[in-house]
Amino acid sequence: MRDDLALYDYRPWDERLPIRWPNDARVAFWVAPNIEFYELDPPPNPQRKAWPRPIPDIQGYGTRDYGNRVGHMRMMELLDRYGVRGSISLSVALCDHHPEIIELCRERDWEFFSHGIYNTRYVYGMDEAQERAVIEDSVRTIAERTGQRCAGYLAPALTHTERTLDLFSEAGGLYTCDLFHDDQPTPIRVRSGKPFVSVPYSLELNDTIVYVVNRVEPRRYGEMIKQAFDRLYAEGEWGGTVMCVPLHAYQVAHPHRIRAFEEALDYVTGHDGVWVTTGREIAEHYVEHYYQQALANRGAD
Amino acid sequence: MALDPDYLEYPHRSYGMDHDRYEWSMLSRRGPVAWPGGAGVALWVNLAVQFFPLDQSGKPFRPPGGMGTPYPDLRHFTLRDYGNRVGLFRCLDALDGAGITPTLSVNAAIAERCPQLLERLNRRGDEILASSWHMDTLHHGGMPADEEAALIERALGTLRAAVDAPVAGWLSPARSQSRNTPDLLADAGIRYMGDWINDELPYPFTTKHGELIALPLSLELEDRFVIQDNLHSEWEYADQVKDACDYLLAEAEATGHGRLLALSVHPWLMGQPHRIGALESVLEHIARQPGIWSASASEIVAAWAAQQA
Repeated sequence: MRDDLALYDYRPWDERLPIRWPNDARVAFWVAPNIEFYELDPPPNPQRKAWPRPIPDIQGYGTRDYGNRVGHMRMMELLDRYGVRGSISLSVALCDHHPEIIELCRERDWEFFSHGIYNTRYVYGMDEAQERAVIEDSVRTIAERTGQRCAGYLAPALTHTERTLDLFSEAGGLYTCDLFHDDQPTPIRVRSGKPFVSVPYSLELNDTIVYVVNRVEPRRYGEMIKQAFDRLYAEGEWGGTVMCVPLHAYQVAHPHRIRAFEEALDYVTGHDGVWVTTGREIAEHYVEHYYQQALANRGAD
Repeated sequence: MALDPDYLEYPHRSYGMDHDRYEWSMLSRRGPVAWPGGAGVALWVNLAVQFFPLDQSGKPFRPPGGMGTPYPDLRHFTLRDYGNRVGLFRCLDALDGAGITPTLSVNAAIAERCPQLLERLNRRGDEILASSWHMDTLHHGGMPADEEAALIERALGTLRAAVDAPVAGWLSPARSQSRNTPDLLADAGIRYMGDWINDELPYPFTTKHGELIALPLSLELEDRFVIQDNLHSEWEYADQVKDACDYLLAEAEATGHGRLLALSVHPWLMGQPHRIGALESVLEHIARQPGIWSASASEIVAAWAAQQA
């Protein structure tokens, strides 16, 4: 183990050259629905149990299955109303299990990126060849089933090795959602030497963290989103910021929660100067316009 | 170091579910369901009549609401018993006042411990569904099938002997099942179960002994989950239920498809004097809405089943 994987350089918030988003938007706003498949009876991983109760843990399984049966459609129609294209962190096995959901996302021109094969398969304990096989499977599946080149990665169930980002870059990836250190994109050091960035993905505003870990009241979640937006919008006057809301239909799309989220979405998208976009578009814009500049600054330190 | 090669094998990676209990189905792609009277939302209020034994085994896990301090945990034992002595009557008054039909899920041990309570409930005529023997008789993975069959038979036999109406519904303690539970329930004459929380409408469920109907009893909107697990206040609970009610009514109106509002209520929790007002507020809000069909769980199941091809 190492005390730091040295993936990025330290760069204080007030010592950066400003980022300009398209149309001089202050905030690049993206919504990242997690579209996941959890297995009822996955093989055991030595470092993490898939379910707290003995298998079949129908409560945990049913909670997730609700998202696929009920939640996604409700969430999609809501995002449609506010002109938001989702950037999907996808358990790619869902292409096999539930192709209807994939088709609904394709119709909406949503972005697909990899969230592993299943959210019940963790990379803990994998050797390099195994983790590469998982990443290559996910990139290949997205290409074959959606026609998209997979640009982004959110590790399955946020399980990583020291090599995860290196392997994803080597598989053709452009950005990671696994790092929560900043409100702007950051160049990430990977062994391929290819351009690779972190796109801010707010774990703090992730509905599962909000509802399951922090046990926040639904209307309060709506207020949290508005308050985060207000601050990023104000600071975005000087240099563009990124705001991400990661979602799980099995959390946010419940009838007692979705209205409060809708109010927040209405608030955010009702502002001028908001670039409603996707993870890939943020990464590509940053790499095209700011990546070399950021590397040059790194050299000047 | 590497994982076993089978960790990268995916034997169920194909169309549909990774088990054969029910078909993969999106709510939005099903045919419309219509409720009696043209109502948009069917309302199932399930009151839990429970017994938490003082000598809880806690195996294979502590049931939600169960004993939590060393034996004898008189604190939790009596807080739960409060529901059957006091809280239930407040909840029933609130429901009666709002004109809302309750369904009662009853641990069969209640028949032995307080037969006069079960007799009163039987006389009221509300539907009673079975909830195993008590809250510590968990049905769980790894449980021997013969042991579970005997548990189900004992619980159903006891309740059916004490209740005039048919006992056709089931709710497992902690909504926990073994791999065999649905088969054993169907074999014991159960028609529907509330344990699976993956949907918002009834759906068909396959067993070795014919079809069961899953009638999902929402966990995320359950009083105990919101107040005891999430630590939201009783008034925040009330807001959430009202928001759910309003949302489902609007969705039913917009789609023309019936929806289900399934409320799981624990009298030992909502029947406390500082919380009953929040429950009354919820029930009054729901009762005021046009488009609500308040019914027993069996009536909802029957109305849904009659519309299936």
